[in-house]
Parts: sequence; C-alpha cells; structure tokens
Amino acid sequence: MSLNLPAFSEELQHHLFGRKLLKSEIPFSPELLEMHKKHGWIHYEQGIRGEFPNCICLRCGNQEAHLFAVFPCAHCGKSSVYCRNCLMMGRVTSCRPLVSWTGPEPAFHPPAQPLQWEGMLSEGQQAASKAVMDAVLKKKEMLVWAVCGAGKTEILFNGIEAAIKNGGRVCIATPRTDVVLELAPRFRRVFPDISIAALYGGSPDRYKWAQLVLSTTHQLYRFKAAFDTMIVDEVDAFPYTYDETLQRAVKKAAKESCAHIYLTATPNETWQRECRKGLRPFVTIPARYHRRPLPVPEMKWAGNWRKAFEKGRLPRPVEAWVKHRLDVGKQTLLFLPNIRLMKIAEPLFKKLHPDIESVHAEDPERKEKVGRMRAGKTPVLLTTTILERGVTFPNIDVAVVGAEDAIFTEAALVQMAGRAGRSADFPTGVVTFFHYGRSQAMVKAQRHISAMNEEARKRGLIDE
Amino acid sequence: MNEYCLFCHQPLHSRLSWRALIFPQRESPLCEDCRARLEKIEPPVCQKCCRPLAKLDPAYVQGDICLDCAKWEKDPEWAGVLEENISIYAYNNFCKEVFTHFKFRGDYILAAIFADGIRQASASCDFDLIVPVPLSAERLSERLFNQAEALARAAGLTPTPLLRRTHTEKQSKKTRRERIRQSQFFHVEKTAPIEGRTILLIDDIYTTGSTVHHAARALREAGAEKVYSLTAARG
Repeated sequence: MSLNLPAFSEELQHHLFGRKLLKSEIPFSPELLEMHKKHGWIHYEQGIRGEFPNCICLRCGNQEAHLFAVFPCAHCGKSSVYCRNCLMMGRVTSCRPLVSWTGPEPAFHPPAQPLQWEGMLSEGQQAASKAVMDAVLKKKEMLVWAVCGAGKTEILFNGIEAAIKNGGRVCIATPRTDVVLELAPRFRRVFPDISIAALYGGSPDRYKWAQLVLSTTHQLYRFKAAFDTMIVDEVDAFPYTYDETLQRAVKKAAKESCAHIYLTATPNETWQRECRKGLRPFVTIPARYHRRPLPVPEMKWAGNWRKAFEKGRLPRPVEAWVKHRLDVGKQTLLFLPNIRLMKIAEPLFKKLHPDIESVHAEDPERKEKVGRMRAGKTPVLLTTTILERGVTFPNIDVAVVGAEDAIFTEAALVQMAGRAGRSADFPTGVVTFFHYGRSQAMVKAQRHISAMNEEARKRGLIDE
Repeated sequence: MNEYCLFCHQPLHSRLSWRALIFPQRESPLCEDCRARLEKIEPPVCQKCCRPLAKLDPAYVQGDICLDCAKWEKDPEWAGVLEENISIYAYNNFCKEVFTHFKFRGDYILAAIFADGIRQASASCDFDLIVPVPLSAERLSERLFNQAEALARAAGLTPTPLLRRTHTEKQSKKTRRERIRQSQFFHVEKTAPIEGRTILLIDDIYTTGSTVHHAARALREAGAEKVYSLTAARG
C-alpha cells in the first residue's frame, strides 16, 4: 500500500538527524525540503520564542535578556530578535526557522570488531574501564575521577565499543579545541571502520554524519537528541562549568535515554561531597599509568612576594629555588596569579637567564613558546593558569608563586601540580607552592593529592 | 543601564560616588578593560583623511596631508571629490575583533560602541543629509543589515539611503591599486533631491579611501555640492 509513497532523501536524513540547523546550513533545494515537510520527516520551528527581552533561543537555550538584541531585518522588513549567545555558529533570529529531522533514524550496521587496539590497561584503568562499560550498557551516569596522567582516554575504548556494537551513537565533548584535535587521530586509529567527526569552530566535518563524534561543548548547540552515550571530558573546566547554556547543550544533545560519563581529575566540591555521601556513582583512578606516586606539593614561605616584585626584586626563596634549577639544568614551569604581575616579574627572571620566557592566554606567540618549552630550549616558562591543564612537558619541576591568591582554586592547584612527573621516563618532579600565608585551597589541594596516593597504595597501584 | 559589557559580557561594576551622582555620565556600553583597548585617533592627523601622522614615516607626509591623499588630490579625476574624512578609532586588533562580530557575525547591537563617537563627530560637521554607504543587494541578503546604517541609527541620526551599489568582490579581498582603479560601483537614486546639498557619508572603516571616494563621486555627479565622510574606524 505504501509502495507509491516517495522515499525520503537519505542524504538529508544524515545531514539533519539529531540536529537543529538554520536553513542556511542546509544545502538542499527548497522543493526537497517542502516535500519532506509535507510528509512530516522534517520539522520547522521558530528560532527564538517569546517577546524581547524575555525570550529563549531554541538552539542554545539562552534566556539571558542581555544576550538578545533587536535589529531591523532586511529579510522580513521588520524588527527581528537575534540570539547573541550562539552567534558564532550563525545567527538565530525570530524570523527564520530552525529545522530538525523527525523521520526515522539512520540505519547503522556495526562491524563485528569496531575496536582495533593492542594496548594494555593498567590495573587502575581496568577497574574504571569496567565501570564505564557498565554505565554505557545500562545507560547510567558515571563520574571517572582520575588523577592527572592516569590515562583517561584508553579507559573509554571498551565502553565506546560496546555502545557502537549496540548500534548506539557516541559523543565525546570537551571544552577545548586542542583536545578535540589531539583525540581525533587517536580514535581514528583504534576505531578504523567507524565514521568519526571532529567538531570545533571552523571544522570541515561540521555536517558530517558520524557514529562517533568528538566535539567542543560549543558545537553541541547544533545537536538535539542525537546520542546514546555522552562523555564529557574535564567537566570542571572553564567555560563548561561557568556557562549554563553549555551544560544545557550537553543535555539537549543526548537522547532521553542516554549514558552520561564525566571525566575529571578535579571534581568541584559539590561533586566531591556527593561522591563521599554515595549520592553520585563514581570510580577513581588514583595512580598514574606509570605506577609512581603523584608529587605532593611542598609549601614554602615567600614573604610579601607581591611587594617584592613591585619593588623590582625577586622574592628571595623563589630566586634561590629557580637558581638551583638553572644550575642543575632542570626545566621549570612557574605559575603566577595574573598577567600584570607576570609582566613585572619577567624582566627580573630574565636577569637570571636570558632564555626565560612568559606566556598567557592572549599571547600571539603562545604556540611557539610552548613548543620551545617542549623542545627543552626554555629553562623556565612563566605562565598564568592558561597552562594549568592539558599540556605535558616530560621532565619538569613546578612552582606556583603566590599560591594563596584567590585565582588559584583547589582544582587549579591540583592541575598545576599534575604537570610534574607525568612521563614514564621521568616520573618524579618537585612541586612548590610559594606563599605569604597559606590558603584553604592550598591545604585542600595538598590533602587531595596525598589522599589519592594513599588510596593508590592501598589498592596496590603504586610501585615504590 | 547596562549590567554587562556589550562586547566581552563581563558584569559591569558601576562605581557609586558623589561625583557620579552630581555629574551623571553617559554609561559606556563597554567595561573598563574593553574601553581601554579602543584607541581614539588623536592629532596630529592628515587634514583630509584623518590618518594619524605621529607614527608615519615623514616621507609619507606632504605638509598637513598624507601622501595617499596628495595622490588623490593630484589626480584631476578625483581632486576635490571628497572634502574631508573624519574617523574616530584606530583599526587596531581589538577594533578588528569588534568589527568581525559586528559585521560578519551580525551582532547588530555592537554599533552602540561607536554611538557616542559618531554623535560627537557628526555634531561638529555642517551637513544637510546623512547618507550611509550601501551594501549590494546580494551582500545585504547575506548580512540582513547594513552596518553603516546601523552605525548612524545607533548614534541617533537619521540616515537617508540614496546610494545603490552594484555587486563586486569584497573590498577587503582587493589590492589598493585594484580598489582605486575599479570602475564606478555606486549610483544615486534618480529621484534623490541632492542638488546643491552638503552630504555626510557614513561608513564603518576607511582603509584606502576608495569606497568613500567612489561614493562621493557618484553623489557629486548627481549634483551634491560638498561631500564629507565619517567612519567609525581608520585602517
């Protein structure tokens, strides 16, 4: 009976399924779209609902009055409202629709063995990998609390394979583009027969259909009810934690029944409390894959370090510490609380060694400077919190000068300490917090790291 | 009152003080950090195009105008077409960022950042009509608003859209030589009452001056007496 019905376009289905797109993002003819609309395969909705300024953006979920504005639209000749929150992905306006797919889900026939990986998991990783797999299959929530350098990526492999074997779609979301770029080739290697899209601002994969999607959290604005497994990396990192619309985007991109896996080395206090009280399912990897304990930060009094810098001299304990490392030739990452102080401090440090450099978020030479540090050419790199996570230098000591400054939260301090002793060839390193009166956050960070080492010892995950 | 910086969206901390109570100031739409990154053009400037002369190699200055303007004025085809250009801000990295958001991403409301400057500059000018430099119909259907008109409206001015523009490649994709040599791409609405009038052209950025010169020429040929131009930024 249905033999005479026209079929839907599979191309359009792949383009639109699980997404919410602007018409300008859909390169198909108006006739084709009209036909699909008539059959109920696609759905149009107004991009922005409500009266300015009390509106909601149907793409990113923004409801903040100051993130909407009105403009005289040349398209409709009237005043239109547009969303300023997700503007970087193309302007959503009140006069143009968002389009989504309401027809059947694309068919997918998983290969017999999606995962092609020969590597071995450490004992700690194995336990976490099992927990992830379990959460994926039961579509549950799971926090993986893994120390810096534990090897978080590998513990996802089995869980992702299980999801794919079940015909599920998987998303790994991270706040940072660098991480997407780094993960994509690794996943392409171990899942060679699976279509994988890497999404970030300006990515060529933007509208590609893929079973496994690696995405910045921002790019998830374009998705809706698309994934069966949603993995969020670095859940405690900026901007994800500060931007509610990003958290909503993650929820919106997941199907109603979906496994949620969260990864972090430093869960926020609420989550830590929930874990302790048994309210949040979690698994820890308290030790690094190389089975050596995390360097525990030592605290060192530096006197009034701020005044010292402003008077044009280095705080004496800091100077001695750096000089010693220059003498023995050990590379150092030295954190400072803000750019202004770093600019004052840089020439003072340069007097100790001319190759000492500084880097911050808006530094146009950021990449090159990090490259020089990695190549071992920079003896000491001064930095703001911008290098607190994600970077690995093989053999370094870490100093935080002014560790009691409010900008250094427990999470930031744990992450910065986590830069030392990461590689298996150089698994140790010194971490020093220089201060003028220790803060709560410093004490908590030290305790956090010691507790992880303690747990690792108990579970036999460390060789000493 | 704004609670957030219009550009970086940080909350604004307005300081309560006696001074602020007694002399209420116009609230800036930007936070202090963003405001500090905008760079007002200060004299000495080229008396014709408003190019800052302080950092310019003296070889590129002739009297009180820059070499580029000297070239425009030496060319009989272009001499006297444009009386003077006024620009408000230097087109530095921050300004570039603002324009990327404003023009290319289409954040219309960012025009408000330049509103005060444009209002003040236009007040110092004696003109009959404000004419925005138009976009071609194609470009307008892409962007959905004309940035020059948005700038005028944000400053509380009433622009009169008298010019039409034929579609050509983006100015920013052409070399200086190509920009100046290209044939006329503006024309004036036939019914426009501009005979003997003084016109203030308004545009976003003055780079080589090619756009405003072509627009001014079209207006002059249609009978305008004098044409000035006002741009938010000077590249």
